[in-house]
Amino acid sequence: MRRVGVVDYGMGNLMSMVSALDMVGADVGLCQRPEDLATCDRIVLPGVGAFRACMEALAQGGFIEALGEQVLRGGKPFLGVCLGMQVLARRSEEGGSHDGLGWIDAEVCRLRPADSALRVPQIGWNDVEFSADSAVFRRIPPLADFYFVHSFHMVCADAGNVEATCDYDGKVTAAVRKGNIFATQFHPEKSQTHGLQLLENFLNWRG
Amino acid sequence: MLKRRLIPKLQLKSRQLGAVNRPILVTTVGFERVLDIGDPVSQAKIYEAQAADELVLLDLDSGAPRNEAVLSVLRRIAQEIFMPFTVGGGVRTVDDFRVLLSAGADKVSINTAAVADPGLIDAASLRFGAQCVVLSIDYRQHVDGRREVFVDGGRRATGLDPVAWAKEAVARGAGEILLTSIERDGSRSGLDVDLIRQMVDAVDVPVIAAGGCGVARHFVEGFVQGGADAVASGTFFSFKDQNPMQTRAHIKNAGIPIRIHL
Repeated sequence: MRRVGVVDYGMGNLMSMVSALDMVGADVGLCQRPEDLATCDRIVLPGVGAFRACMEALAQGGFIEALGEQVLRGGKPFLGVCLGMQVLARRSEEGGSHDGLGWIDAEVCRLRPADSALRVPQIGWNDVEFSADSAVFRRIPPLADFYFVHSFHMVCADAGNVEATCDYDGKVTAAVRKGNIFATQFHPEKSQTHGLQLLENFLNWRG
Repeated sequence: MLKRRLIPKLQLKSRQLGAVNRPILVTTVGFERVLDIGDPVSQAKIYEAQAADELVLLDLDSGAPRNEAVLSVLRRIAQEIFMPFTVGGGVRTVDDFRVLLSAGADKVSINTAAVADPGLIDAASLRFGAQCVVLSIDYRQHVDGRREVFVDGGRRATGLDPVAWAKEAVARGAGEILLTSIERDGSRSGLDVDLIRQMVDAVDVPVIAAGGCGVARHFVEGFVQGGADAVASGTFFSFKDQNPMQTRAHIKNAGIPIRIHL
């Protein structure tokens, strides 16, 4: 089943995600109302913007309850991207202290590389380390480069939730997984061949 | 390890072709002479195939109201290529950010409007996050060596010092600096590595250096002497004897971390 819903909570760049999923063979549509999520087999939460604005938009759109229903209780495979990953945490320190969805026991903290040559935000291609048996990284070569653009990162309380890391003066969470929930800090829809492979893997992933 | 970036710059200018007004790809020399190159979408696809790290698209008709033809070019690029791109030119309001991000841009660059109203930087950063807000700085160097920020496509002096302006913009929430030397634009005479170094030392956000790349060595100078996180070029990549893959190998051989395996 490949009906994929991309959550449209009014914050921006959905075109790239929709086009990339379409490219790898998904039957993809936008979910502009919470009830649209029920018609999809898989759910993608993209993210552009600031943490607080994103949480407010999800709440105002009525998506928080619907996502909980479909993903946490319904067990549908879920992919969060960038801010769509960070909102899964319990809390973020971006622009104050704001509560997230709390699906993953993690906090979102500002990147603070001690090496002054490293910039914040991290913008660009960084190689990603993942375990060879990861289903969502199938057919992707070890240490493949993915595109990152972020000032904050997710610090997981349970290392078992960390599916992949990159190095930015220490390990930074590049992807998390918990049951049917998978999310990436990098942008697969912007990561050329390897990104498209990851999206294709997500379509085949059983969760 | 994070890689340094090579960024082809696609500049768009509308041309009347028969009955339709269509944005085409151009390059510029000193921000004045305009050379027509071709179709922006097919060129963007070529750059993707050559594994450019990002693209910058600049709408040079920035005096015009936001132009539906340019948006349709953006949407086509977002549908057909799966790599990051920054869009700029004529961005005036937070709503312009929203429109461009919705059309597929990952980052939006602002220049003239940010000088006129620096509060635009704060507002856009608050709404979309600093990582979306690129401050584009065009500058000229005077005979006494002093450098000055120019706006309105390089036509109007501002009295601002590029480094001081960048520091203010970063404090307000800009997440990246695109630094372009107007005199070196299209000159193929090399990057202004002195100012790039000053800029990199003064701000903690990534700096994209532009203006002057003519040979692969110029990119290496931008990364090594200048310390730039990324180098952008329009002219260099627009002529078919140079492409990002060859340039990348040259940069790699100079010991700079850059994406090489695709």
